[in-house]
Amino acid sequence: MMNTDNTTREAEWRKALRDAMSAKERTAIGRAEMPMLDAGERIHSNAEVNQGLSAEAARREATRCLDCPDPQCVTGCPVGIDIPGFIKNIQRGDDAAASAVLRATSALPAVCGRVCPQEKQCESRCIYNKMKKEPVAIGWLERYASDATAGAAGGEEKPEPNGKKVAVVGSGPAGLSFAGDMARRGYEVTIYEALHEIGGVLKYGIPEFRLPNSVVDNELRALERLGVKFCPDTVVGKTLGYDDLVAEGYAGIFVASGAGLPRFMNIPGENLINILSSNEYLTRINLMHAGTAGYATPAPRGKRVAVIGGGNTAMDSVRTALRMGAEKAFLVYRRSEAEMPARREEVLHARQEGVEFMTLCNPIEYIGDERGRVTTMRVQRMELGEPDASGRRSPVAIPGAVEDIAVDVVIVSVGVSPNPLIPNSISGLDVTNRGTIAVNDDLQSSIPTIWAGGDIVRGGATVILAMGDGRKAAATMHATLSAAK
Amino acid sequence: MNKIVKKQHFSERVVCLEVEAPLIARSRRAGHFVIVIVDDHGERIPLTIADSDTERGTITLVVQAVGESTAKICALNEGDYLHDVVGPLGQATRIANVGTVVCCGGGVGVAPLLPIIKALKAAGNRVVSVLAARTKDLIILEEQVAEHSDEVIIMTDDGSYGHKGLVTEGVEMVIKREKVDEVVTIGPAIMMKFVAALTKRYEIPTTCSLNTIMVDGTGMCGACRVTVGGKTRFVCVDGPEFDAHEVDFDEMMLRLRAYN
Repeated sequence: MMNTDNTTREAEWRKALRDAMSAKERTAIGRAEMPMLDAGERIHSNAEVNQGLSAEAARREATRCLDCPDPQCVTGCPVGIDIPGFIKNIQRGDDAAASAVLRATSALPAVCGRVCPQEKQCESRCIYNKMKKEPVAIGWLERYASDATAGAAGGEEKPEPNGKKVAVVGSGPAGLSFAGDMARRGYEVTIYEALHEIGGVLKYGIPEFRLPNSVVDNELRALERLGVKFCPDTVVGKTLGYDDLVAEGYAGIFVASGAGLPRFMNIPGENLINILSSNEYLTRINLMHAGTAGYATPAPRGKRVAVIGGGNTAMDSVRTALRMGAEKAFLVYRRSEAEMPARREEVLHARQEGVEFMTLCNPIEYIGDERGRVTTMRVQRMELGEPDASGRRSPVAIPGAVEDIAVDVVIVSVGVSPNPLIPNSISGLDVTNRGTIAVNDDLQSSIPTIWAGGDIVRGGATVILAMGDGRKAAATMHATLSAAK
Repeated sequence: MNKIVKKQHFSERVVCLEVEAPLIARSRRAGHFVIVIVDDHGERIPLTIADSDTERGTITLVVQAVGESTAKICALNEGDYLHDVVGPLGQATRIANVGTVVCCGGGVGVAPLLPIIKALKAAGNRVVSVLAARTKDLIILEEQVAEHSDEVIIMTDDGSYGHKGLVTEGVEMVIKREKVDEVVTIGPAIMMKFVAALTKRYEIPTTCSLNTIMVDGTGMCGACRVTVGGKTRFVCVDGPEFDAHEVDFDEMMLRLRAYN
């Protein structure tokens, strides 16, 4: 493994970096700007919007970091990445060491650097906020370090096998993280994936313009070199049962099957043609390549596309709609922009690209033509009332404020529920009343050989939390399996 | 990649394929379906499993060329490969000994009906099968159905074989002459709609198997949603079989034309 000893805060080189510049000089440097594709140009392509920091910009940004004695950014990271450790390595020009620090904690830094809601996590705790200045661009630096070393990151040798086999159900961020950690510990790891492609939500959900497939493929190749086996087209609970996995000799099973089922609003007209879930829309386009010449899968194309919801998936959908040729793309959200759960950067990018935000609006009915195709969305205008259980001010309908809006495609992105396929197919597996798999602090389920993590446990969270679960489950499963021998 | 080990033409546009899929062959039950991708640029389409052979490790799919993907599948030959086959998906048919069951299938719907007929017969039911098609050449699997049925009634629109008339007339003929405890219907949506309307009049419990547009087939996308008893259900995970008297067939027929 990588030697990270020489990157502690007490290391001589870090002391030297700290002494080289005063805090006043550092804080006088403005936050880096992310080079972006032009908004008018990028809506005609799927190319990644953020182009990444140059080495020069990254070192300058890294210089802003004060290398605090008690770095609060780390407490804002769900997996506790040694943030100053990697940032200071970038500053001194050692990208490989920066990447090693990241990889010691995060299995997928190139992914997390792109999709984490940094403004709510690490960056929200940065000391710069207290100075009323923009925080250090931790996410962009994470991405920089990972991308700069993308070729080298997978250079690990396949470790000595320890003679034990483990299975992973689902190849999203939780499953991939778990697989990498277990393979490094010498386990023979097999990942079962229901779809025909490996990568889970990283492939079917998050669009190319936000997370290029090549970034995910890099990670997959690194896992392959570690000896991880991939079995696509295999639905655990259907193609193979729990008993089959036991018969295969797996000492432990990690279930990371995700939060599959799309929620709908159950309002009149919702089953009209061209009203679809964001899961369906994004899967057709990202996984099945609808809209790309030569691929057979169709996707609805509309002139006026409404996306319902305020999360990242809603942003992904509405921005995808623009790229699919929509003349007008609306984001319809029942609260105000302040309450939107989406990453701030996605909201900003969506605005730049011309998405129209219809906030404090809630669809209550859809009306279609004689062919069953949606033509009109009836919305109820809302106002903010008292805070609800989530602490956000809850939307309340304004009596009589109802409006009809012409639409030809509607994408419903109001959340997902756990996929019941696995919970239903394994008898004796305890499930919560929300349909998630019940686990203890070690992420172990009611069946001692089964661990679970990611959205099948959390019910709909983030890539970083799923990844953190994968790493934690690997550590606890390894501890259990080692003790058992 | 799944190899096609045997191909048989049932009619000009309908082929029967025996496909290597040992894990699916072993775990599938009557009523299950698979998702098939024909080639690396193909779409994911659902096809109901007609039969399986655990020793040979194969499943049987009956495919009618109606669109681009099904036409490509029908054009494949023995020794060729399907790019992906995943399953078995959906809920298996609930098989019980209820007495007399009329199983009516139209067109290629007879293929997914066959394993249900077999299972119902094996459970001790009296099985009367009604097979319907436009014309004689489009009647498929008659021999195999007959092997597991107490009686087979053939209906053709043009009278070229069996009785002249619609499937509903065949079903009603049985209902009028003997006590029917249950009806199972698989075929085009319009056919199932009329069978359901008929059996509702006679208050006979009726099960239909729906073949809607799907993408993943595991509950993730919701493309397959139908209204059953006023509630939205997913064919891929809640079905494919539902109480035919509760299904909103008109909505389903509209949704089937989403991409036409």
